[in-house]
Amino acid sequence: MSSTAPIAEPGGGVGLSPRIFVQRIFAGKTGPVLTVLAALVILWYAGAVYLNAPQQIDRDRRAEIERSVTDFMGATWAQERPVLPAPHQVAAEIWKTTFAMNPTSKRSLVYHGWVTLSSTLTGFGIGVLLGIVLAVGIVYSRTLDRSLMPWIITSQTIPILAIAPMIVVVLGSLDVAPIFAKGTVSAYLAFFPVAVGMVKGLRSPDPMLLDLMRTYSASNWQTLVKLRLPSAMPFLFASLKVAIAISLVGAIVGELPTGARAGLGARLLAGSYYGQTVQIWSALLVAAFMAAILVTIVGFADRLVLKRMGIAE
Amino acid sequence: MSEQVTSQAAARPQMPASATGSVIAIEDLSLTFQTADGPVQALSGIDLAIRRGEFVSLIGPSGCGKTTLLRVIADLEQPTSGLISVNGETPDAARRDRSYGYVFQAAALYPWRTIASNIALPLEIMGLPKAERAKRVKRNMELVNLTGFERKFPWQLSGGMQQRASIARALAVEPDLLLMDEPFGALDEIVRDHLNEQLLQLWAKTNKTIVFVTHSIPEAVFLSTRIVVMSPRPGRIYDVIETGLPKDRGLDIRETPEFLALAHRVREGLRAGHSYED
Repeated sequence: MSSTAPIAEPGGGVGLSPRIFVQRIFAGKTGPVLTVLAALVILWYAGAVYLNAPQQIDRDRRAEIERSVTDFMGATWAQERPVLPAPHQVAAEIWKTTFAMNPTSKRSLVYHGWVTLSSTLTGFGIGVLLGIVLAVGIVYSRTLDRSLMPWIITSQTIPILAIAPMIVVVLGSLDVAPIFAKGTVSAYLAFFPVAVGMVKGLRSPDPMLLDLMRTYSASNWQTLVKLRLPSAMPFLFASLKVAIAISLVGAIVGELPTGARAGLGARLLAGSYYGQTVQIWSALLVAAFMAAILVTIVGFADRLVLKRMGIAE
Repeated sequence: MSEQVTSQAAARPQMPASATGSVIAIEDLSLTFQTADGPVQALSGIDLAIRRGEFVSLIGPSGCGKTTLLRVIADLEQPTSGLISVNGETPDAARRDRSYGYVFQAAALYPWRTIASNIALPLEIMGLPKAERAKRVKRNMELVNLTGFERKFPWQLSGGMQQRASIARALAVEPDLLLMDEPFGALDEIVRDHLNEQLLQLWAKTNKTIVFVTHSIPEAVFLSTRIVVMSPRPGRIYDVIETGLPKDRGLDIRETPEFLALAHRVREGLRAGHSYED
């Protein structure tokens, strides 16, 4: 329904009456999402009071200040280094370090976000390519199926926190640019869902369709390009959504242990060194926001491609 | 020199005696599947020769191996023993030469391709130039009365239309031999009658050899020049019936005494082949 269509609404008059406006919001997804968000914010404020209270009581006692309940709550939401910063403190910090700051500044979250994003996308690209190549190899070669699959699964049983520093340090000593060193950590995580999803996807065509290719005496390559790859598309996009999110995780983890000076991971680490909880939470929220945007973009691509293929409504 | 020739002749797989002169020649062919429950004999001692231009139906209850036999002809299954030739070559060579078109039980259209591009698929694989592909797609869509549906996706078509598209796809390869595995089995009676009539006209017009698997007696009698009645466990040929009905027959031929007599003989054959089960 278009937003300029209230003419037909009886008693609606010009513009939207509040009642209809609320009804419309709750008809779609927006209403429920906003409700959950509001609940989370309330919970967050309450949590901030609870977690910051001991520190505040201690401080007030030393300074010999008596406070009313509302005044005390306000104080717990305005500490400089709270255990849990209040949402508006984080929002203010994000505003200050994104829109209200030159994006090339070393304190700008736009700058740090870009550094992380670039290695995320590099790693994602490498990982997806690797995953697809491995899957094709596994589907077409019995030997690869037997020999590679166990290793692929084993690779993911090693905690990424343990292996990330080694990858970054080793590649760093080989003079690999940081974007590729961190990208390698992303790729290490991202190739897995793609490989597993694509193996399943490439094997998904109906046996009848495969028989049909055989009756045409199609080559392996033709069967791959004309049948197996198109059949695997829905599986590929499901995997890509997971892959892009963990690529971001990989890039951040890659920035954590090596004294990197740029990136959201470096920002998190610096924040924790200096007890700058507001800074940590800002970096965290920006990372979460970035992940949401990236997954949404992949979702759009998914719908677009499947629609153009004629297999989604 | 002469030595080489003889060694080549020995290397070539042995052909059935009737290989020359028949489109399909099968001699004492058997096939045993190795399953988890042990070996299952799907075909046993099959002898069959199909001449050019014949319309041969394989009919029998499920499990009689009629589909398996068709798949052996198409080189989708390998016989355990016996001889078989298709167009005077091994089934493998015939498949590589794309000398047959195969129509499955389901339309088996690619969901992400439009009807026209589904029909063009085998032509793309054969590496035909674009103009030739377009020409053949157009001609064969006309042949099955689907003109106007080129840009539709399969799910936008009825089951009968989808099956017609899949027949057009098989015909686009322009094979002399058409192998059809219960192509109308999933369709309702009225659509099936209609498509039977169209298929018969198509066969009369193009003079192709057709091997047709079915379990419908009227369908087999109506379409065929010869009916091969098969019986199960192990799959074997019980009876072969020449129909001898006029070539330009309509659906109303099914009311004639000749037709009913043929249908009766097929039914008797199916019953006799089955009787040991009770």
